[in-house]
Amino acid sequence: MIQTEGLTKQFPGGRAGTAITAVEALTLDVKEGEVFGFLGPNGAGKTTTVRMLTSLIGPSSGHATVNGFTVGRDDDHIRASVGILTETPGMYDRLSAEKNLSIFANLYGVKDVPGQVEKYLRLLGLWERRGDEVGSFSKGMRQKLAIARALLHEPKVLFLDEPTSGLDPEAAKLVRDFVAELKTEGRTIFLCTHNLDEADRLCERIGIFKTRLITVDSPANLRRRLYGRKVVFHMKRLDPAWAEAIRALPFVKEAEAVDAKLVVGLDAPEDENPVILRRLVELGAEVQFVGELRHSLEDVYLQLVNRPA
Amino acid sequence: MDFKRIQTIIDKEWAEVFKNRLVLFTIVLLPLIFTALPLGLLYSTRGAAASGGDVTDLPPQFLQACGTIPAGDCFQIYLLNQFMALFMMMPLIIPITIAAYSIVGEKTTRSLEPLLATPITTEELLAGKSLAAAIPAVLATWGCFVIFMLAAPLVGARPNVVSGLFFNPVWLLAVFAAGPLMALIAVNLAIIVSARVNDPRAAEQISAVVIVPLLAIVFAQIAGLIVLNLQFMLTALVVLAVLAALLIAAGARLFQREIILTKWK
Repeated sequence: MIQTEGLTKQFPGGRAGTAITAVEALTLDVKEGEVFGFLGPNGAGKTTTVRMLTSLIGPSSGHATVNGFTVGRDDDHIRASVGILTETPGMYDRLSAEKNLSIFANLYGVKDVPGQVEKYLRLLGLWERRGDEVGSFSKGMRQKLAIARALLHEPKVLFLDEPTSGLDPEAAKLVRDFVAELKTEGRTIFLCTHNLDEADRLCERIGIFKTRLITVDSPANLRRRLYGRKVVFHMKRLDPAWAEAIRALPFVKEAEAVDAKLVVGLDAPEDENPVILRRLVELGAEVQFVGELRHSLEDVYLQLVNRPA
Repeated sequence: MDFKRIQTIIDKEWAEVFKNRLVLFTIVLLPLIFTALPLGLLYSTRGAAASGGDVTDLPPQFLQACGTIPAGDCFQIYLLNQFMALFMMMPLIIPITIAAYSIVGEKTTRSLEPLLATPITTEELLAGKSLAAAIPAVLATWGCFVIFMLAAPLVGARPNVVSGLFFNPVWLLAVFAAGPLMALIAVNLAIIVSARVNDPRAAEQISAVVIVPLLAIVFAQIAGLIVLNLQFMLTALVVLAVLAALLIAAGARLFQREIILTKWK
């Protein structure tokens, strides 16, 4: 649904007349119906990438297609067929929520303008406030209205640039829940976010990006690739000899005693946990709980982003 | 060109302007003052017209043009003719507030990016913005001219003055043809400025300055340096039409989406 190959964007303004590279040789393939997380630090080039993919700005080199249309050649078609939630909602504050949406519905050539406006105002819980000036809305309400605006023309591809940025936890949850709902409708969602928990919950795959694409994978695979799989055995008491015994098992990659816990590195815990458990019981251990150690996506992200190029 | 999109932009601009009472007030106030001024002058010179007044200071070519009209009426026509300039200034000045804010205002409220993300073309966007600013200015000018025409006989204009002014092709061309062209020129200049600055105040100030050359014509007429006769007006209309067309084309060329989006902080 979204394909890029060597997509690069340079801006003039570097030292001694050189260009500043905002996006370098980005190659991506986002599948239809996928929620793809695009993660990177501030200034990494995420917004520039979204602007290129929504035909707001042109690439310096490389190639990209969105929804079957080529960036730089079919820009009008791309703009008509994608929805975008920009970093800031950018609504017309003096106009009502209904008027704001009607304007955009008309610009997108929506056939049943009042019907679509009503549908999304209701879906996002803003119908009762439809006649109020947007200037009187809270940040969360404005963000919801901006999401409604991005959906009015029922785009197959949706670009969301920091959808929960600056929102309080309740508003952020509302927005996240709505994005999760969109996911079930089969839309392709390109989600730029700083919120790693959000990416972890919503995205099938994430791309970690800092001017160049560092890696792309599912959050679970990224954890596995960086940290392997680790299982923690909580015991009443831990004898250091037990760790030695477990380490001696052929499939165990590592085993470390931490207080009364034994942290064991495994490839296939589903098959190997019962063997370890049996061995520990044989050794006289009283196992209280067993659980997989889960590294946060934040750990993964920080490790990848701060790794030297 | 999709006229529905142009109409949507006009509708949006007007909805915003008419919600802002201060902007609305500044748009309405000026035409009212410019209409009241000549009417006041007409009222104060009604005695001079009746008595014949002193016309020796009038330019000789104007006196010649008066022909057989009584000297007092000629004096009144001469004075009111200077106010033709006001009706030509109205379409220049009224739309500046709306036009200067049109693009830079969208930048400050961050609404430009979502707008440019729609399928609207640059030409449609600029046409919508231009017409939204120019139409109220032209309508206000025409409305004020009609009020002036209707009120003039009531405040002392003699029949000779009424027919000499209001059924004069120079006046009619000035108000009904040059006015809209001047509005388009002023609006497009203001929009070009608006697209290239980052501060609404700067946009308004610079826009006010760029209409000075157009105001120069108006003041040259007041100062008696040029006489707005039919030949001058027809030539001016051609020049204005060419200028308006050039500015509309330049506006679309100078409106670079990428620079506007990426340079704006």
